[in-house]
Amino acid sequence: MSAAWFVLRRLARDRSALLGLILIGALVLAALLAPVLATHPDDVFELHPAERLQAPSRDHWLGTDRMGADVYSRLLFGARITILIGVIAVGASLLVGVPVGLVAGHFHGWFSDLLMRVSDIFLAVPQVVLAIAIAQTLGPSLPNVILALSATYWPWFARVVYAETRVLQKEIFVESTVALGASPWRLTALHVLPNIASSIIVRASIGMGFTILTAAALGFLGLGPPPPTPEWGRTIAESREFLPDAWWYATAPGLAIFLTVMGFNLLGDGLRDVLDPRLRRSHTARDD
Amino acid sequence: MTELLSVRGLRVDFVTDGGVAQVLDGINVDVAAGEVVGLVGESGCGKTTLARAILGVLPAGAARVRGGEVRFKGDDLLRQDPAVVNARVRGRAITFIPQDPSTSFSPVFPVKTQIMDLMKWKSPRAADGGPGWPLRRYPRERYRADREAVLETLRAVQIPEPARALRRLPHEFSGGQRQRLMIAMALLPQPALIIADEPTTSLDVTIQAQILRLLRELVKARGVSVLFTTHDLGTAHEICDRVVVMYAGQEMEAAPAEAFFARPAHPYTRRLLASVLGPGGELRDIPGDVPSLVGPPPGCRFHPRCDEATAECRRDRPARRTLAPGHDVRCYHPVEGPIGS
Repeated sequence: MSAAWFVLRRLARDRSALLGLILIGALVLAALLAPVLATHPDDVFELHPAERLQAPSRDHWLGTDRMGADVYSRLLFGARITILIGVIAVGASLLVGVPVGLVAGHFHGWFSDLLMRVSDIFLAVPQVVLAIAIAQTLGPSLPNVILALSATYWPWFARVVYAETRVLQKEIFVESTVALGASPWRLTALHVLPNIASSIIVRASIGMGFTILTAAALGFLGLGPPPPTPEWGRTIAESREFLPDAWWYATAPGLAIFLTVMGFNLLGDGLRDVLDPRLRRSHTARDD
Repeated sequence: MTELLSVRGLRVDFVTDGGVAQVLDGINVDVAAGEVVGLVGESGCGKTTLARAILGVLPAGAARVRGGEVRFKGDDLLRQDPAVVNARVRGRAITFIPQDPSTSFSPVFPVKTQIMDLMKWKSPRAADGGPGWPLRRYPRERYRADREAVLETLRAVQIPEPARALRRLPHEFSGGQRQRLMIAMALLPQPALIIADEPTTSLDVTIQAQILRLLRELVKARGVSVLFTTHDLGTAHEICDRVVVMYAGQEMEAAPAEAFFARPAHPYTRRLLASVLGPGGELRDIPGDVPSLVGPPPGCRFHPRCDEATAECRRDRPARRTLAPGHDVRCYHPVEGPIGS
């Protein structure tokens, strides 16, 4: 039985983690099957001025927007952008932050201090403000949003990994590995990383929610991908002038953002419990 | 008697924020083949530093070896090529039992992974000594032989159902069982010397006695020497053939266990033994405090707390004086007769 299956089974036993898992599963399904699930798949890029701002009905489940496009269909396609931004931004932050934290945590000296002070500088400025500044400078586009988010999120990973690595340096099994002549590479890859993997996974899950929220904020401020991209944050911004009459226009993407962020946070909390090695049991002990 | 390990005049300094601490000040310790030597002293007297200095694993940066030698089978480990020491001695001819078995295993891997990783590099059948390229193959024939040895040793340290135990994670074992696993790992490379750094301190008293008896049986059966550090005189009495007393980085007295407990000669040793809670229930401590190792008292470091101290104690460190065969004391005024007289 694989470790992934074991984690899933444990998650399913925790009610809030299960809710998170379902929310994220729904998001992924919506993104993958957007062309199938959408009632008006062409509406994402087409204008129907005659049908603008219609209330939810049997034809348009969540109403239509100012261009006459189906809000429900645009929401589904927006899920793709949301996942794209979250996965790439968090992935890039991982690729930068984890090595920085490992190096700074393993070696002692001016270079480690330099790395951590640089990450402190990033952490000193609120992430949204810094991301706005970067996105504004580079111009509104999808790659620039992802770049802005990655550039501002990696210090969180660096911090977590640094702290955990430092703690591990004092453990006897790490000391003995060093004493027996293991290279820093071997120590890091085979002994330190497996021990801190759970923290990284939890941080990544919560980071997904955080990054998606910031991405929506950038979209809301007009710094996201340009129209007609069905980005959720931008959709809310567009809807403002039609509130409160066209209530469905802002509610649908707002709820989508809320549920997505909550899903990732619940999942992250659940993973924190499940991945704690002290709660893990070996397969034999369970099977017998 | 032929000495297996012979530490001569070892000095180790630690660079601290408060100055240079002279943690070991000319220590002499001998361990003969097959002998269990207890290294007794209060917390902070340098026991662990000595253990680490012998293994060559002092904290990099802070610690400086200022002089002396550590002769193991005739070779001075401090002056040998570290790579050679690592390949032939550390983890093979000299192994280590740590103080706290709960942090000695990585919590994320089954015990089997960790023991077999040790055997991959340090098994008596392995050709070379240190972890190399992670993907290097573990020769299948040797793996089988090593696995048999592991199972046999786990049985020897009384781990029930060794084959199944190997598949468990460290936290599924009790503290005593984890320490048994540590003892097994120290025995597996078939060393000549085991350095045990207070291996029973973190265990219950009842488990302590069991583990001590087991350890003594196993090393005596295999002819392995042990250097056993402890602050607990009862533990030393239980397991040791010979006892060395340390105080503030200096060795005070070395004696066969029997003579040590019956006729201690050094005033510090007598005070230390008197401070153990006896059947009378009277608790006596030693007046004064352990001196700071940064700028320690000159001469004998015990003189500020010693009733017998004279001018020469304050001036020069006493030379080693042999009272009886194997019973050495470093004191100008050794006391005679049994304790309490």
